[in-house]
Amino acid sequence: MPDLISALQLSAPEAALAVGGLVLLMIGAFAGEKSARVVSTLSVLLLIGATALAVTGPLGRAFNGAYVADPLAVYGKALIFLSSAVAIVLGDGWMKRTRIARFEYPVLIVLASAGMGMMASSGDLISLYVGIELHSLALYVLAAFHRDDLKASEAGLKYFVLGALSSGLLLYGASLIYGFAGSMRFDEIAAYASTNPSTGLVFGLVFLICGLAFKVSAAPFHMWTPDVYEGAPTPVVALFSTAPKVAAMVLIARTLEGAFAGSHDQWAQVLILISLISFAVGAFGGLVQKDLQRLLAYSSIANIGYALLGIAAGSTIGIQSMLLFMTLYVIDQFGFFGILLSLSRNGRPVRSIADFAGLRKERPVTAIALTVLCLSVLGMPPLSGFWGKWAVFGAAAEAGYWMAGAAGLVASVVAGFYYLRIIKLMWFDPAPDGQPVTDKSPVEAKAIAWACAAFSFPLVIIGLTWLQPLTVAAAAGFGAG
Amino acid sequence: MEITLQHYLAVGAILFTIGVFGIFVNRKNVIIILMSIEMILLAVNINFVAFSAYLNDVSGQIMAMFVLTVAAAEAAVGLAILVTFFRNRGDIAVDDASVMKG
Repeated sequence: MPDLISALQLSAPEAALAVGGLVLLMIGAFAGEKSARVVSTLSVLLLIGATALAVTGPLGRAFNGAYVADPLAVYGKALIFLSSAVAIVLGDGWMKRTRIARFEYPVLIVLASAGMGMMASSGDLISLYVGIELHSLALYVLAAFHRDDLKASEAGLKYFVLGALSSGLLLYGASLIYGFAGSMRFDEIAAYASTNPSTGLVFGLVFLICGLAFKVSAAPFHMWTPDVYEGAPTPVVALFSTAPKVAAMVLIARTLEGAFAGSHDQWAQVLILISLISFAVGAFGGLVQKDLQRLLAYSSIANIGYALLGIAAGSTIGIQSMLLFMTLYVIDQFGFFGILLSLSRNGRPVRSIADFAGLRKERPVTAIALTVLCLSVLGMPPLSGFWGKWAVFGAAAEAGYWMAGAAGLVASVVAGFYYLRIIKLMWFDPAPDGQPVTDKSPVEAKAIAWACAAFSFPLVIIGLTWLQPLTVAAAAGFGAG
Repeated sequence: MEITLQHYLAVGAILFTIGVFGIFVNRKNVIIILMSIEMILLAVNINFVAFSAYLNDVSGQIMAMFVLTVAAAEAAVGLAILVTFFRNRGDIAVDDASVMKG
């Protein structure tokens, strides 16, 4: 019995989210559609509470090793829960303006966060699979949330089919790993794999990596990303490009470093290949895009390549660089989506890149914020995106993968074209004749966009002084407890 | 002839391959894709249960139970999304899911 109590104490963040999500669902079901605002507010508070529980809670292993609470999981969860909360704040106002406000939106995000928390602290193949499905099932519904919209339901359908296929691949890999290693637990798999890395085990590992690469939308498993980013509601896309990516990256680090540290040579090759293809697809695929959300999809494919390069380094520094990169990336993404959500002309959201022409005259502060964010994602020093890439390239070079790092550098130069094009349109091109002026911006989206841009530069210099030690501690504490 | 672990794994692999091909080759109907997804998950279940019996370890069967549950939930979510798609489009042919391209 004391075992169960200590296990529940360890898994308190997820338990709170799961129970809280059900309570909120009841509130929404009984109070009806008008409760959307209340449920949103309570969900944000719940997510902040879960973050506090994760940060202050005890460390250790629970449920026979299936659940691990170590500093890496805590750091990942804090980032995941807080970005989910921001996505709820962004979505609440937008849904109301689009007249699709429903209380299910925050509840689904809370349930997805419970799954993402499970992913960040999974210690065996069962909790890995349950965590992934718990978050995926909620995200499929969120993608199709605008249910009267053809594009949104098509996005949901495509995401569902390809997501289910990726779960199948992942599960097939898990079954082979289980069979050949004789255990579900990562530490026992690691003990077995380090002594006899059989072909079946490597085969299963490759399937597992393919399934996980689908979830982080790394090329060549990215085909769902542009369509889902274009079709799904904008705040949902803001969520897609942040929290689930962090959860899946932490999970990849945990699986590969935790269960297969002995076969680093095998999986490092696969990861580097995946990240090289992601660089190419992300950089060149983005060049021809006209829709900003579609462009951001290609940008996220390229950026996931950088994060995977950090994991491929296979060291504590590699994991630390991945965490730092993902943190800075998440903040930049929220900046982009905040700007997208805050701009509309005559009630029509600004989506195409050409719509940004002449924004300097109408919205000087927003234009400055978007310029900062573009330069940051491009990797211009001393903006925040540069420091993330610097850390990742440093880790890759230290592990001897400097060629892959150089390829990443080339990719960011190519990707620079489409970021610089947005900047050029805003600052140097006149607005086309007859273009309606932008509507009044919603406060929350504007505030989040400006705050994220201000973080990208200049606050990042101060932010790094505490993010750096935090990520170092999180990566160093990997597997402890 | 004695049925060994290899036979079960072969059946699992064949069913898995048929399921994956069912998703990519099929150009007609989304319902067939849902059936293929179920087939993939059940192929994996054969693997898990066979390994579990072979290893004398119960966790593979526990995993099979989880997979069955998740498969049911997944089918429910998939059909719900399919219904919204049908309402907007009036058809569920795979080739019709092509408003967005590029």
